[in-house]
Amino acid sequence: MNTAPSLHSTKKNLSRLTALVAVSLLALTGCATTEAPAEVAPAGESVTIADAWVKATDEDMSAAFGTLTNSSSDEVTIVSAETDAAGMVELHETVENEAGEMIMREIEGGFSIPADGSLLLEPGANHIMLMGLTGALVAGDEVTVTLTFSDDSTYEFTAPVKDYSGANENYEESDDHEGMDH
Amino acid sequence: MRARTEGARSDRSGSTRRQFLLGGAVAGVGAVAAIGVDYALNRQDADATTPSVPMNGEETVPFFGAHQAGIDTAAQAHGLFLALDLLDTTDREGLTRLLRILTDDAARLTQGTAALADSEPELALAPARLTVTFGFGPRLVARAAATAPSWLAPLPAFSIDQLQPEFSDGDLLLQIAADDPLTVAHAARMLLKDARSFATLRWSQQGFRRAYGTERPGTTMRNLFGQVDGTANPQPGTSEFDSVVWASDGWLAGGTGVVVRRIRMDLDKWDRLDRSGREASVGRTMANGAPLTGTKEFDEPDFDATSAVGFPVIPQFAHIRRARGDDGEKIFRRAYNYDERPGSASVSESGLIFVSFQADIDRQFTPMQQRLAELDLLNEWTTPIGSAVFAIPPGCAEGGFIGETLLDETLRGGAS
Repeated sequence: MNTAPSLHSTKKNLSRLTALVAVSLLALTGCATTEAPAEVAPAGESVTIADAWVKATDEDMSAAFGTLTNSSSDEVTIVSAETDAAGMVELHETVENEAGEMIMREIEGGFSIPADGSLLLEPGANHIMLMGLTGALVAGDEVTVTLTFSDDSTYEFTAPVKDYSGANENYEESDDHEGMDH
Repeated sequence: MRARTEGARSDRSGSTRRQFLLGGAVAGVGAVAAIGVDYALNRQDADATTPSVPMNGEETVPFFGAHQAGIDTAAQAHGLFLALDLLDTTDREGLTRLLRILTDDAARLTQGTAALADSEPELALAPARLTVTFGFGPRLVARAAATAPSWLAPLPAFSIDQLQPEFSDGDLLLQIAADDPLTVAHAARMLLKDARSFATLRWSQQGFRRAYGTERPGTTMRNLFGQVDGTANPQPGTSEFDSVVWASDGWLAGGTGVVVRRIRMDLDKWDRLDRSGREASVGRTMANGAPLTGTKEFDEPDFDATSAVGFPVIPQFAHIRRARGDDGEKIFRRAYNYDERPGSASVSESGLIFVSFQADIDRQFTPMQQRLAELDLLNEWTTPIGSAVFAIPPGCAEGGFIGETLLDETLRGGAS
């Protein structure tokens, strides 16, 4: 459950290094880039999450947050997520509606993580929405989430549950959303 | 598993050396040399965008290790002591969840990283040697269905005590210390928020020493009576310190015991005492803390020395004579001053948060305190108004949690 900050920064440096190496290789190979592409690694093997956590609740809905990092040189897309802790999981974005209010909704086409880039999942912004919770989520519990990518590969992570007073607007909006869509 | 002070010391000496080089160059050697030094420093920090002299806020004390940090760590400027009471609903399993969360918070915050779900992450970025030290009261150990060491109980009532429940006892101690008060406040807020589902805050005591950089590190602190306080402490990193402080049995192996006592100091009454009276009450000089039989702070007191007319130079009632016990009665003090809003008729509400670490409180602390309660001239000006005892569990490795030797069946040792 502990992620050492040094490990985190090392990862950053590594991905920077990877990027540099990739650029150098491109320069070296030059015209060779038009040849048949090498076997692309499954997206699920290129993505990691850092600082993942899930909001504690005794109600019906919660959300998972963290920083997703894609170490490959191709953009990857998360198309769905699932967990034993919830009956339904959606990938949500937060956007401004016609009335100028920030609302959340299921993101069309899933979460894209750019090549050698990262995607922040945080309260009030992109998040993994957990609905129809199978039980109360109490602080210190752990929730395991499986992400599925557009190439059908998967990535599983475990996140601790933490008390958090924010991330409330999402829940209200999600009632409407659930009412409309399901 | 490095000794805490070693890490802290090497960090500190690194920056001190750079300051010395830079200071020397600028002051005396002239522009050419200064440029040379500047060049050397910049080369050393070639890939860093930070100034060549690191800010104190960036200094960290390792969290993971055989012992918890905040004991053999050179005392930081600000110390906050929080005692929590477990909710009745917090059972053994809940206790494990609580300690896992608080361990993770502390591991991150002490290294200058925001805690998970930290709503003010920017406040975490200047750790300033932050340490978080956990202590377990008797009820917590009982809740864990483990055997407590025999000394884990309220101290016997001493004749001098006027204890107030709002400064006494508790199930879980958090000692939060750093060289920056904002860092301490943020860490406390984060930890207390995360403990809220499991426990309530019983008491809180805020203390201070000299600010960072005011005195050379390692200088013995002064209390608000102006006394040098803590001269007789064993030095971290010595075998004496290890044998005084660290326990070796059962789930407490690598841990220790702590006594936290709030000692009110009557500054108005102290004002009426002249300097020689002040020195006689303790047996040390006010100027540098030397025993009245010596000239330097760390000179050994000569309890047999007598004045020209035959009286002991260090009086019978002097604090240092009364505190001195047999070799087994040694403790390690790590106190903080307090200075609070005075009551209506007074100008001061001040004192000392007395904090001492020792492996066996019954053997090392209580006999000494008993002698001081019976006779110690300092009792004229001091009153214990709070008292608490906690077992300090050992440290943990990355991936583990503080308290795992008590709560994790696979790690749990025999009764202590």
